[in-house]
Amino acid sequence: MSELAIEVHDLTRVFGSFTAVDRITFDVAAGEVFGFLGANGAGKTTAIRMLTGLLRPTSGSARVAGHDVVTATEAVKRRIGYMSQRFSLYDDLTVRENAQLYGGLYDVRPRDIDARLHGMLARLGLEHAEKSIVRSLPLGWKQKLAFSVALLARPSVVFLDEPTGGVDPITRRQFWEMIYETARGGTTVLVTTHYMDEAEYCDRISIMVDGRIAVMGAPSQLKYDAGVSSIDELFVQLARPETASHGASAT
Amino acid sequence: MSALWGLLRKEVYHILRDRRTLAVLVLLPVVQVILFGYSIRTDVRDVRLAIVDPAPDATTIALRSRFQASGMFRVVAVVPSSTMLDPLFRTDTAQVAIAFEPSFGERLARGEAAQLLVISDASDPNTGAARQSYVNAVVQQYQNENAARNDAVHITVEARARFNPTRESANLFVPGLMALVLNIISALMTALSLTREKETGTLEALLVSPLKPWQIIVGKVAPYLVIGFISVLLVLLEARLVFHVPVRGSVALLLAEGLLFILVALALGILISARTSSQRVAMMMAMMATMLPTQILSGFIFPLESMPRPLQLVANLVPAKWFVLIARGIMLEGVGLAYLWPETLVLAAMAVVLMTAASRSFGARLQ
Repeated sequence: MSELAIEVHDLTRVFGSFTAVDRITFDVAAGEVFGFLGANGAGKTTAIRMLTGLLRPTSGSARVAGHDVVTATEAVKRRIGYMSQRFSLYDDLTVRENAQLYGGLYDVRPRDIDARLHGMLARLGLEHAEKSIVRSLPLGWKQKLAFSVALLARPSVVFLDEPTGGVDPITRRQFWEMIYETARGGTTVLVTTHYMDEAEYCDRISIMVDGRIAVMGAPSQLKYDAGVSSIDELFVQLARPETASHGASAT
Repeated sequence: MSALWGLLRKEVYHILRDRRTLAVLVLLPVVQVILFGYSIRTDVRDVRLAIVDPAPDATTIALRSRFQASGMFRVVAVVPSSTMLDPLFRTDTAQVAIAFEPSFGERLARGEAAQLLVISDASDPNTGAARQSYVNAVVQQYQNENAARNDAVHITVEARARFNPTRESANLFVPGLMALVLNIISALMTALSLTREKETGTLEALLVSPLKPWQIIVGKVAPYLVIGFISVLLVLLEARLVFHVPVRGSVALLLAEGLLFILVALALGILISARTSSQRVAMMMAMMATMLPTQILSGFIFPLESMPRPLQLVANLVPAKWFVLIARGIMLEGVGLAYLWPETLVLAAMAVVLMTAASRSFGARLQ
């Protein structure tokens, strides 16, 4: 765990007079599962957009997979995978055509695309779905496939923006098993979620409030420090301090 | 480059799998040619009048001279029988005809009602109706003046309409129709396909990939450029076969100018998609920004010369106006670049400005 997959220093983004991301600093080690939490509007998406090269920082710096997101955006993009909350496969293409498209975008050779696609379909038990139009598949399958496709080019860091929105608990469980497996393979996973039980599965988490990182650390440590029994409780305390009459002030 | 190729292939899949949209895209222009071909006539002034006067006498000659003197009509032929009207209409020599009944003068002299038949070319119902009302006005005035002299006459005016006997207006509308088709396919479809990717979130996935923004744009618009081009060829072919619309100038030049116009429309489509996030809004904006001006302010249906000055100035901003001028020049007058360079330059300048703005607005997502 010596290598750092993501290094963020004083990263800031200002839109007009609104500071969406306010001097955040954090590191994520290679192979780590990092939970990136925060209420809607706290600045998570803006931060991820900067880390994936979609948005230029106003100030501060960030390196992803060893490359600077501003000066070496292209190199960063080649090394990362991305899956958004609005799951990113094309509905009117087959699973295989989606894999070919995304593999091609990252210059994976067609032969390798097919081999990796077959491998991943076998692991998911979805071999029969190769030639199915994506639209016809259940949401849970689509989400797992989207994740697999995001991994097709073997990225060193993968960004998952609310990947489990709207899926059933069993599929969520399976999805997290896929995340662990990916991390064991050495790929760093940065994941955002609104499910606090999922936050407990992460190696480390950060919780953003109003553009800043309010707390960061291993879930168990954070709970212990704040004197709460769940991340859920901690989250509510941080995100809406006026309603949390107990807890933080007591410690 | 293989990445761009993959993107292009995927876009082709989208188009081919959405059979209904594809069918609409291909059939729409073909159907429009027929619809417009049989329904549009544009000129209203200096109406060419043919007169059928089986038994000329003082009364009919007096009324005939009224038409001549009215300033709205130019009498192009006086014939003894209405069977002789047909060739006059077909060759577009006459736009409207009046036919006196054989005993017109006698009946009026006896104080009976006499009948006057008005036949007009109603290819465009509006101008057809306008011409008919000109005729009515002349007849009405004649009756009023006679009544004032205590010499009341009663003339019954009966109207008949003929629909586009010459089909010559096809010559004028085909260039405009090409502009309309290219706008629908290039601007509207590009805007729709880009906003669809925004809605589904796949655009984000493309932007995160190593693809450069220009590659995404090329990958998205190139297939529509091809469809647009095919449609132009279809429209030209159909116009030629059905309406015998000529292309007197260079076909190659016409197609090249078509490509230039497609670029303008594509840039508009990209600009629209950059400003909208839903397909519905994109559709409305594409209609407002491209199709409406193309239909109304390009001189395609309504002659620009008869519009008020401010509207004529606004029309200068409509790319279709320039394309229509160019296409009419090439197709009907057979002129080349030596004559059409100013219009071409305007269109080229529009293409450069809009393309720059479009790639800016697309790149703005990355700022």
